[in-house]
Amino acid sequence: MAKNTTQSTQITNVSRRGFFKAAAGVGAGLALGFTLPESNQLDAQFGRLPEVHPEAYVKIGADDTVSFICPKAEMGQGPLTSLAQLLADELDCDWSKIKSEIAPVNPQLYGAVQSVVGSFSIRTYWDPMRRTGATARAMLLEAAAQKWGVDKKQLRTENGFVINTANNARLNYGAIAEAASKLPVPMNVALKDPKDYRFIGKPVKRVDSKIKAMGQANFGMDTRLPGMLYAVLERPPVFGGKAMSFDASKAKAVPGVKDVIQTPSGIAVLAENTWAAMQGRKALAVQWDDNGSGSVDSAGITKMFIEKTQQPGANARKEGQGAAALSQVAKKVDAVYEAPFLSHAPMEPMNCTAVIRDGKCEVWAPTQAQTFARDSAARGSGIDKEKVTINSTFMGGGFGRRGATEYAQEVAEIAKAVPGTPVKLVWSREDDMQHDLYRPASYVKFEGGLDASGNPVAMTAKVASPPFGRVENGIASTAVEGIHDMHYAIPNVQVDYHLANTHVPVTYWRSVGYSQNVFFMESYIDEMAHAAGKDPLEFRRGLLKNTPRMLNVLNLAAEKAGWGKPLPKGHARGISVVNNIGSFTAQVAEVSIEKGKLKVHRVVIVSDCGHNVNPAISRQQAESGMIYGLSAALKGAITIDKGRVQQGNFNSYDVTRIDEMPVIETYLVPSTEAPGGMGEASTPGIAPAIGNAIFAATGKRLRRLPMRNADLA
Amino acid sequence: MASVKFNVNGKSQTVDVVPEMPLLWVLRDVLGMTGTKFGCGAALCGACTVHVEGNAVRSCSTPVQNVSGKNVTTIEGLSTDGSHPVQAAWIELDVPQCGYCQSGQIMQATALLNKNSKPSDADIDEVMRGNICRCGTYQDIRKAIHRASELKAKGGRG
Repeated sequence: MAKNTTQSTQITNVSRRGFFKAAAGVGAGLALGFTLPESNQLDAQFGRLPEVHPEAYVKIGADDTVSFICPKAEMGQGPLTSLAQLLADELDCDWSKIKSEIAPVNPQLYGAVQSVVGSFSIRTYWDPMRRTGATARAMLLEAAAQKWGVDKKQLRTENGFVINTANNARLNYGAIAEAASKLPVPMNVALKDPKDYRFIGKPVKRVDSKIKAMGQANFGMDTRLPGMLYAVLERPPVFGGKAMSFDASKAKAVPGVKDVIQTPSGIAVLAENTWAAMQGRKALAVQWDDNGSGSVDSAGITKMFIEKTQQPGANARKEGQGAAALSQVAKKVDAVYEAPFLSHAPMEPMNCTAVIRDGKCEVWAPTQAQTFARDSAARGSGIDKEKVTINSTFMGGGFGRRGATEYAQEVAEIAKAVPGTPVKLVWSREDDMQHDLYRPASYVKFEGGLDASGNPVAMTAKVASPPFGRVENGIASTAVEGIHDMHYAIPNVQVDYHLANTHVPVTYWRSVGYSQNVFFMESYIDEMAHAAGKDPLEFRRGLLKNTPRMLNVLNLAAEKAGWGKPLPKGHARGISVVNNIGSFTAQVAEVSIEKGKLKVHRVVIVSDCGHNVNPAISRQQAESGMIYGLSAALKGAITIDKGRVQQGNFNSYDVTRIDEMPVIETYLVPSTEAPGGMGEASTPGIAPAIGNAIFAATGKRLRRLPMRNADLA
Repeated sequence: MASVKFNVNGKSQTVDVVPEMPLLWVLRDVLGMTGTKFGCGAALCGACTVHVEGNAVRSCSTPVQNVSGKNVTTIEGLSTDGSHPVQAAWIELDVPQCGYCQSGQIMQATALLNKNSKPSDADIDEVMRGNICRCGTYQDIRKAIHRASELKAKGGRG
């Protein structure tokens, strides 16, 4: 959970620091920002020391326009709306006057690492964004008091106006914004009582629906610049490979192809349009080196995982006697679980546009990590990062994929070869799927069991999976989260991580380690429950007595789903519960298997994400996350052969479609706890809920993802 | 290269391109109409859906020569203000999340409603299953199609 940020939040009037003058298109007015709390988890997550910077989020123009500069890029998760709600509520402005825009990269204003990952948007900005709004409002009140020569105690605000309660005189914010900007910034301005919220906690409509329904939202793929060339890039088919030689003569003969160039990342074809570039690429003849990985396959990777778990690992958690307690087990519950690599497959394939001119590099990027995109473009262009500008576009999905930014380096490398000419690099769907950074494959060996009365005695887990992010004391938390931080009160626990690297690049995938580990953990607990001869819900309740928020969502999900109540013949329910991204989520899936075919009929999701800012967007995220997990539960698998990815498009890597949709019911627990995230809350729990329901229906325990109909036989 | 003439959203267009070039890239790169999206390039995801003579087609897999002399409608042609009943329903119910697939979803749904003004859930599933949404807006899409059906019945054009 984010720490209480109140104490360390400092408001800075950046209009005095030249920021305001630099802001284009706004007349005289008030610009405000604040200093990010030192406990910024985002920076910590990326291994950077947190730095304290003033940031600027709101500009009030003389025309009453409230410009909200959104520090988070939009990929569907809704920060343009939800973060604006935080600001608008405390500012008490007219919602219709808000114009949202995505912040540029600016370490001075927006922090050392600008990114949108880990479901942090609301968690990070809950306090600072409200505080910015409240402080701006206080300054507007002060400016009005001075203008009228009255005591500000007799003033109030209403929907973008300061009102003198003595005579009902009104001043619009725009009329006093400039005067307000010259005032000292008050400290410790009181925040609203939550009962007075106008926007927070309300299902405020998204600000981006209309342009998206009209095809007018500009995604990275839609970037068009005068004189722009379209590029595609042939990359080494085996990760880490290099082009030994290539023949571009046929490619250059394709109508519309302008040039073929070798860059550090591959062979780029530049053309008048995307199609010509793609045709030119097909005509390339390239000899690739395979970097010594040309014989790697999925079976070999699994074998390596197994071997790793037979060697000593790094201890990620130990309770009681750990593995030594296995000797006390009366009834053994041992199980091996596996999950494959997964591609993110956002609807918008990777792409990026750049132009290099006058010693500067300007980039248009659909990215979750603007700062890293800037650094990547600097590397690719050889231009200092201070001279790289990143324009954030809408993203056609991110899901963690766009936290990596190699596309910015690739396009900068190409743009460097044609200075003065803008270049849009487009990845095909096959490029996107075969040159992703994947959700790591994973292998977990559980041993444990029960005492003679059916109570859990011990659980041990040996986790073998490729690491990413930070590895500390031999442990990649991204590989063990969901197991080592589980809440079940089992007296003896030991979780070990067995670092198992492959040549396949890996990264964050919606809900990260929880995406596979919660399937493992929640299935394994179900196995324990059945071994104990207990109802899986009752068994979990007994082990979660000390974690009330877990217990609460579990109970609510069971109640809403009608746990224990009769179902049509052949139907069964399964349950799961998880605490990730600062939220608590339980799910119940109802399934049937008819003629060997699995159908998921209904899914009940209960999330406690603390103080909820926008229940409509939270509901969207709950459904969205679950469906993303559903694709992975039943369909998703990236397999490796000859060192390369075998899947290439949605025919070989299918995803959930509308006719496979269960009925979804989402319930959000009312709460005044600090906000948790919602973007990844429901992704992990669907696979185990389904797997547990399959077991309840058939007695067959599926321990490998995805769970396909063939596995039910 | 060949000269191909066709109508886009009621306006005559003549493009000088290789005749095999998919309609998608003609719309996006040659005509600059970027509302129609590239998702898979293989008619597997539906993001590129447009209408040709009122029928939903995958523009990524339709050579431009196939639409010579025909009427093409894109998302930009439904309305200039979001008032088309399908767009209006999408906006009212806040269907889009990332939004990238929604042009294709809307064009597919519009074609469905033009042929079946009051589709059942099963009708919707059958026609819409070719349109992938990775944000998982399917439940909202289904609601919005029913809502668009109501709006159309109340006299909304489309």
